[in-house]
Amino acid sequence: MKERVIVGKVWVITNEKSELINDIDTDQIFHNAHLAVTDINLMGQYAFGNLKGWEDFSQKAEKGDMIVAGKNFGCGSSRQQAVDCFISLGISLLICGSFGAIYKRNAINSGFPVISCSVTNSYIRENKVNTGDILEVNLETGKIFDRTTNQEIGGGKPFSKVQMDIYQAGNLFKYGSEI
Amino acid sequence: MGKTIIEKIISNHTRENVAPRRIVWMDLDIRSARDFGGPNVVKNFEREYSGEKVNDPFRTCFTFDLVVPAKNIPYANNQQICRKFAEGQRIKVYDVDRGIGSHILLEKGLCIPGSTVVGTDSHLNILGAVEALGQGMGDQDITFAFKTGKTWFEVPETIKINIKGTFSYPVTAKDLTLAVLKKLGASGALGKAIEFYGEAIENLSLAERITLCSMATEMGAICAVIPPNKAILDYCKQRSENREIEPIFADSDAEYRQFMEIDINGLQPQISVPPRPDNIRDVSEIKEVKIDFAFLGSCTNGRFEDFEVAAEILKGKKVASGVMMSAVPATREVYGELLEKGLLKIFFDAGVIVSNPGCGGCASGHIGMTGKGEVQISTGNRNFPGKQGAGFTYLASPATVAASAVYGEIVSPE
Repeated sequence: MKERVIVGKVWVITNEKSELINDIDTDQIFHNAHLAVTDINLMGQYAFGNLKGWEDFSQKAEKGDMIVAGKNFGCGSSRQQAVDCFISLGISLLICGSFGAIYKRNAINSGFPVISCSVTNSYIRENKVNTGDILEVNLETGKIFDRTTNQEIGGGKPFSKVQMDIYQAGNLFKYGSEI
Repeated sequence: MGKTIIEKIISNHTRENVAPRRIVWMDLDIRSARDFGGPNVVKNFEREYSGEKVNDPFRTCFTFDLVVPAKNIPYANNQQICRKFAEGQRIKVYDVDRGIGSHILLEKGLCIPGSTVVGTDSHLNILGAVEALGQGMGDQDITFAFKTGKTWFEVPETIKINIKGTFSYPVTAKDLTLAVLKKLGASGALGKAIEFYGEAIENLSLAERITLCSMATEMGAICAVIPPNKAILDYCKQRSENREIEPIFADSDAEYRQFMEIDINGLQPQISVPPRPDNIRDVSEIKEVKIDFAFLGSCTNGRFEDFEVAAEILKGKKVASGVMMSAVPATREVYGELLEKGLLKIFFDAGVIVSNPGCGGCASGHIGMTGKGEVQISTGNRNFPGKQGAGFTYLASPATVAASAVYGEIVSPE
């Protein structure tokens, strides 16, 4: 039985003005120069390798960490590596304003937790959530609690039934063999 | 409560209750994969379902259209992997000679009004041109679709858009499309379906509906659909060898997320300025921008009618000195019609490079990329940095592209 509540240290993906970065496309997440890489164990090192200001992410991130980013995360062309690179690093959860449709499907089908939540720039300015905070996220209710600032971050969308079923089974194929 | 067109299409393919934002298991009429994504589908299938068969070989196919023919060993190997798998499963392969997969599905009558179609092409929603639900997906989804014939799908809310007014040459369906994209922006229809209505919409030909529906992706929409008129129904009936076809109409009490009216009276030719598809101006506002390359083709403007408009402008003229122009018809059938009706000669005499059909020229496929600083004007649908190389790409109609090629700088078709 997979965890329905995930706890981890968060990276808030901001630009040099401390604003959430929107429209991070799959090529910034996983540069097409590395598309020939098919071994998931070798993908983690390239995560965010093409995202300005975050090129060294794979060296800083630790297993169990979470990511908070802006809207339309994972837009652009479909590539499974853009999901797998985070799985490879052991990232436990993505919390984004919204996701590119195909990216979101790819993540859900891989059993990789993703949650939509409009974390706004004011949350960051008001120190409601910052890089390094410990977040507690309930996948079933969508409730996001920042243990470091002791504040709830509203607006998290809970997992859909299909998303939870696939997550519990492990991935789309394992889920399919059960139905 | 009444249903929108998309809600009806989904209802016809599931036993579950259909309402916006509900996720249902949807039956798929067509399960396809391209040479892009296809090899991973095969690898997944052989790993997860070793020794097993696809759910329905008659509803499953490969359409090779990205790098056709293969230009290097990895692509060649990938296409071979798909062919071998197809042979073992008795699945049809529309091979490197055929052209853009989504267009093939229409020409072969495989996709008709009300069809549900998935594939590894993010522009598969182009099939809304015949009132079908097409969706591009990743290789895991497509593998699962090959095996089970189903996918999980969130029912989208629908936006109803009424187009007020009409247009005539030199304004074309591509200009109408860019005007709609300008109004909506890159996320104006995010995650939603669109239904288009209006006098101008009803009169759109298949090629024009394809142009409009192809850029639903750039509007962030799940898809855009247009109720078919008699011409579209006749085409689909003829192509599908008289399959049963029923057009789908939204119920009068269907519930929409939003109503929008876009007035196109006085619309002028439009152009999308890099680095984003929704950065749109009137062509007349672009002054003294020299071009290095012109491209005619893509799933958005690759039909015979698009080429016919360009040929009218290029007839008896030449592409400007210092400018290269390429043309990629959508399919072999379109190429054949260009050949038969003498248009290939017009393009050849004008100095145009005419290539075999496919997605090349738009998606870093087999035809042409721009170098650093190179300025391209294209009838494609995307102009993000790096999409077609290191240069700058403007998006416009076939008429604007042809006129600009002759003058060597961006000009309106007049």
